[in-house]
Amino acid sequence: MQILIKGARVLDPGSIDEKKDVLIDGGKIAAILDPSDALPSGAVSSGALPPGADPQDTADMQVINAAGLVLVPGLMDIHVHLREPGHEYKETITSGLAAAAKGGFTAVCAMPNTVPVNDNAQVTRFILEKARLAKGARVYPVGAVSKGSAGTNLAEIQDMQQAGIKAVTDDGLPVANAQLMRRALEYCNGLSMPVFVHAEELSLVNNGAMNEGPAATFWGIKGIPNAAETVMVARDILLSQLTGAHVHFCHISCKESIAAIRSAKQQGIRVTCETAPHYFTLIDADVKDYDTNFKMNPPLRSKEDRDAVIQGLADGTIDAIASDHAPHSKEEKDLEFDQAAFGIVGLETSLPLSLHLVHSGALTLEELIRKMAKNPARILGINNDITPGSRADLTLIDLDEKITIDPAQFVSKSRNTPYGGMAVRGRAVCTMVGGQIVFSALKG
Amino acid sequence: MRFTKKDILDIHSLDPDEISFILDTAMGMKEISQRPVKKVPTLRGKTIVLFFQEPSTRTKLSFEIAAKRLSADSVAIAKAGSSMAKGETLIDTVKNLESMRPDVIVMRHSSSGAAVQVARRVDCAVINAGDGIHAHPSQALLDMMSVRENKGRLQGLKLAMIGDIAHSRVARSNIIGFSKMGANVSVCAPQTMIPAGIAALGCTVAPTMEACVADADVIMMLRIQKERQNDVLFPTEREYAGRFGLNKARLSLAKNDVTVMHPGPMNRGVEIASDVADADCSMILDQVTNGVALRMALYYLVAGGGRHADTD
Repeated sequence: MQILIKGARVLDPGSIDEKKDVLIDGGKIAAILDPSDALPSGAVSSGALPPGADPQDTADMQVINAAGLVLVPGLMDIHVHLREPGHEYKETITSGLAAAAKGGFTAVCAMPNTVPVNDNAQVTRFILEKARLAKGARVYPVGAVSKGSAGTNLAEIQDMQQAGIKAVTDDGLPVANAQLMRRALEYCNGLSMPVFVHAEELSLVNNGAMNEGPAATFWGIKGIPNAAETVMVARDILLSQLTGAHVHFCHISCKESIAAIRSAKQQGIRVTCETAPHYFTLIDADVKDYDTNFKMNPPLRSKEDRDAVIQGLADGTIDAIASDHAPHSKEEKDLEFDQAAFGIVGLETSLPLSLHLVHSGALTLEELIRKMAKNPARILGINNDITPGSRADLTLIDLDEKITIDPAQFVSKSRNTPYGGMAVRGRAVCTMVGGQIVFSALKG
Repeated sequence: MRFTKKDILDIHSLDPDEISFILDTAMGMKEISQRPVKKVPTLRGKTIVLFFQEPSTRTKLSFEIAAKRLSADSVAIAKAGSSMAKGETLIDTVKNLESMRPDVIVMRHSSSGAAVQVARRVDCAVINAGDGIHAHPSQALLDMMSVRENKGRLQGLKLAMIGDIAHSRVARSNIIGFSKMGANVSVCAPQTMIPAGIAALGCTVAPTMEACVADADVIMMLRIQKERQNDVLFPTEREYAGRFGLNKARLSLAKNDVTVMHPGPMNRGVEIASDVADADCSMILDQVTNGVALRMALYYLVAGGGRHADTD
């Protein structure tokens, strides 16, 4: 089956930004054509059509009329909790990858904090096998740094790499021991693999549940200072400098961390970082009446921090946007604020919330697609260029459709989101993985 | 004035007129406790559940006596004897309580916001008897009642508050309440006990205890919570008492007619010297007496249906 995507604005940052037709064959991009070009020989409809004529769907070719839409390299969310194995009541690989596809993502990185932890090749292979059967987005598993993410011994990282992991992290838990972190960086550098860092100094977190500041004081919730994040960011910048290894900081939330990473990049230290949509959308003052859907880790920060996140995205300090999709059941969220689980789902809201940065003028669309597709791929060492011969992992975006976020419509198994009822503009309307349509909201 | 609030959850959600009205009502209730027969039939047939997930002696007893003096039926449940100890969630527990149709649930809970979360899920009235480090409205109201009774006003008074502001629901509720009623609130403690942005609640942070108590009309000492010692808030009780304890010398910096308060239980010799606690200017036991009257007023206002306490 061939697919012809007609009339889209094809945007691959740094190489293409114009109206093109894209022909997909055998799971790959076969040709990128000017709308007036004849289909190449080998295309199913070729020969029968004069140049410029509209081909129709046939048994062997599906034609997607994409006029008014933007076709971009498949979006990648490099920070997702799929929860399987172990917590299938929150999310399964199948439901999570369907949610990803609906959100416009052709691939996600699955964090290793499952039960059992993805700290060995068997678990890695289990995740990949489940994902293969799921027919949603692709999954790039991320392995644990340490055995059981316990922070004492290194996991069998090379074995997991051969099974398919693209990075390692003890996400959810920091690697508290600096010597272990140093060794992990050195070891992974030899494997050309990045180490993802969940930067958190637990002794400073001290059982806090929201950002330390006036809002936490008002609500009587124990606060988490910015320094709980930045102390670890600073440590791991120094360890990256020491070892030469690639450190990628996850879900950066505050201005001091961004300043530290900016300065490290200026010195040529190999660090990259991501932020999540909630850190440029909401602030701690938005936490109202102990609504636990506003509880996540790191916590929603101050307005100054949110402004610094937007600035960091604009000036390139922040490389990527990742959702930190963290599904939890109602039972785990409908609790006292300090008892409730940290985290919100994000796969189905990430793109619309991020498009707001474009609509508000904070980023160009090209910059946004770098943060959501190109840079994540670069961080993982994957090619997702829109070019003949490459894998047809593509996302079609409607920039202008006005929608209201309705958690009841999520295909994720969980509904823990603070965005219910929010009006947003723009979303993915078709997601294609290896030439297969895994999500479509196209009309007609 | 008609009191229209369903619940008493914190001081922030009460406006100054409502606070004055509660204090006026409580003054009317106070007389009942001085009669030979200390009981009126006002809340006869009403059911009050005292749901205390966290240990409490005086607050629980005060709420219980207040219920009995108004002829309400009160039942107390504690975490140890309840299904909370068997892993039932808070919301499930209170939905079960609600199914037995109480008129008021009085609740104390170790998590900030628990009463707020419960109140929006049940139809009966909820009175917060202390939630985490968030609010303790009945304590702040009885403190305001005691000071107003003693000084004749709240407007323009200087209240000095010393102690662990960061971990005190009494401090938060009193800062908000006294400042709302026109008093000037000054707080003091080691910086480890001063939370970020506390001034936004309506107080100033004094650089020294001496500056804090200078010319104060009221000094409120907060309990040092020994159970928080692994939080490294101060080195030793000895050093704390030396810098932040209220003794006669520091007391002398305040106004001549200064009043000393403490929400209890006191650590004598730590935050307050024994001779100060027992001095004539100490209002500590009056606070306890007023606590019963104030809690009678709260019951009456949320469950009494608008008739005066003594006319039923």
